[in-house]
Amino acid sequence: MIANGPSPTPSFSASTDPALLRRRKRTDAIFRGLCFAAAATGVLILIIFLSKIVIDGLPRLSWSFLTSELSGRPNRTGIWPAVVGSLWIMGLTAALAVPVGVAAAVYLEEFNTRKTGLTEFIQLNISNLSGVPSIVYGLLGLAVFSRFMNLQDSVIAGALTMGLLVLPMVIIVTQEALRAVPNSYREGSLALGSTRWQAIRFQVLPAALPGIMTGVILAMSRAVGETAPLIAIGAASQVSAPRGLRDEFTVLPIQVFDWSLNSKQAFHQTAASAILVLMAFLLLLNSVAIWLRARATK
Amino acid sequence: MAVVPPNQPLLSLRPSGGGWKLFTERVARFFSFACAILSVVTTFGIIWVLLSQSVPFFKNVSPIDFLTGTEWRPTREPASFGVLPLITGTLMITIGAGLVAVPLGLLTAIFMSEYAPKWMRQILKPTLELLAGIPTVVYGYFGLFFVTPLLKPLLPGIKSSNALAGAIVVGIMILPLVSSLCEDALNAVPKAMREAAYGLGATKMEVVTKTVVPAALSGVMAAFILALSRALGETMAVALAAGSNPQLTFNPTESIQTMTAYIVSTAKGDAPYGTIKYDSLFAVGVTLFSFTLVMNIFATRLVKKFRQAYA
Repeated sequence: MIANGPSPTPSFSASTDPALLRRRKRTDAIFRGLCFAAAATGVLILIIFLSKIVIDGLPRLSWSFLTSELSGRPNRTGIWPAVVGSLWIMGLTAALAVPVGVAAAVYLEEFNTRKTGLTEFIQLNISNLSGVPSIVYGLLGLAVFSRFMNLQDSVIAGALTMGLLVLPMVIIVTQEALRAVPNSYREGSLALGSTRWQAIRFQVLPAALPGIMTGVILAMSRAVGETAPLIAIGAASQVSAPRGLRDEFTVLPIQVFDWSLNSKQAFHQTAASAILVLMAFLLLLNSVAIWLRARATK
Repeated sequence: MAVVPPNQPLLSLRPSGGGWKLFTERVARFFSFACAILSVVTTFGIIWVLLSQSVPFFKNVSPIDFLTGTEWRPTREPASFGVLPLITGTLMITIGAGLVAVPLGLLTAIFMSEYAPKWMRQILKPTLELLAGIPTVVYGYFGLFFVTPLLKPLLPGIKSSNALAGAIVVGIMILPLVSSLCEDALNAVPKAMREAAYGLGATKMEVVTKTVVPAALSGVMAAFILALSRALGETMAVALAAGSNPQLTFNPTESIQTMTAYIVSTAKGDAPYGTIKYDSLFAVGVTLFSFTLVMNIFATRLVKKFRQAYA
């Protein structure tokens, strides 16, 4: 790629012809403008998107919308069961995926220092897993958790499915956080006679903690926004909030989906209100992540 | 005396404290190894589930009919399971999203890495990250209630959910991915190459299009493929914006159905265990999985090649 080989005509000639030079400068300016326009498009789209949901969703947003149960009537319905469902799914997913993901990253980065064929295979496998569409995880959850383990469309089936989905992401971010810990921490600890595990437990993990937390929060915000796998295992609108692991549940994005497809026009506004609640929640999570990152880099 | 395996040179000093320390060490090592292996188990779980669960389907529908059939009517009597309409629907979304995201993303990346002053980058980067953080179902909402109404005056006769709106919103969705991966690739090109081109009297555009982008080409291509594979597997945005009407068409104003949207809408409706409709979920799943797997392997190869070039 680097060596393009000799080309028959020079790609750009430093000719002294003033007309050619002017033309080259003009195309250069146009190209610059084009690049700027492309970059500005992204910002513009974000502004349009945000204003669209605020305009659509704000009128329906109220305290009673937040705290009421679902209803078939658009002016009566609330979002509470979906808020609770999202919290359940997020909390359980974190409880399942974080210990496993951090441990896997510790193995790959700390215990297995000599890169063997097996670790390379695991690493390749993790990067491939992060490219698998989320709906495929949903099919895995449907067959294994919902049917085979007979958990149906319960909170725990949803959290297990979501846990597998975010696992590669948790592993990758934890690996990055562990790599950022200076080697002198490990060497210092080992030189004082600690075992490898003691070095990890008392030196490396505490040092990597802010980085891990930031990554984990970002992974959890993915879990909160993700819908497809939960629909695949059979989750659908539920009138009331789940109370335990075996209860059926709904989450905010499922509510957005259902209300957007509802034939009653008025439900489209409630969908926008649900988006506002969802985005506010994600914003909160991300602010915590940014705060943690800022504190860590201090 | 605990025996230290010979492949742990750092432990061969046998830290004081004896048995308990070595025991926890072993437990920690074994537990973390088991967790790392779980990711491999997940992969095999996915492959096993997709293959084994689609066996009953392929007992009823021959794979040839499945792959060459032009009608996907799982509910009609007699049902017809030709996957081509779902594949064309998926490809239409993927290609359309690529047409939106590839030029925009590459130009944005060029702007960020070559032109933008620091303060602009500080605005652009978080903005794109924010765009990337929006849940996909929200993109579906925009497609349905913003993009399509916008297109209606331009294209009369456009369906309320249509492939074009789906492709546009998915394109916007993968834009941050394209631009950030491309930017990484462009930034990896050594500065000396740019300087050499400037030294020959090239303008900035000539440096970018004739030196930097060609040098970063495999990285840029990998970015495109990864983003397209994301578009291919995207579910909620297309289920809302592009519709649930499987038909063999290349008309972007029509309502279509992608493989992913079929899985969602079927799981959402009733697909009782043991029916052919339930089995068809996995047959479609295995098709989708093969598509994304091939693309991801291809992209990984390209990235590796790119890394070697500038190692």
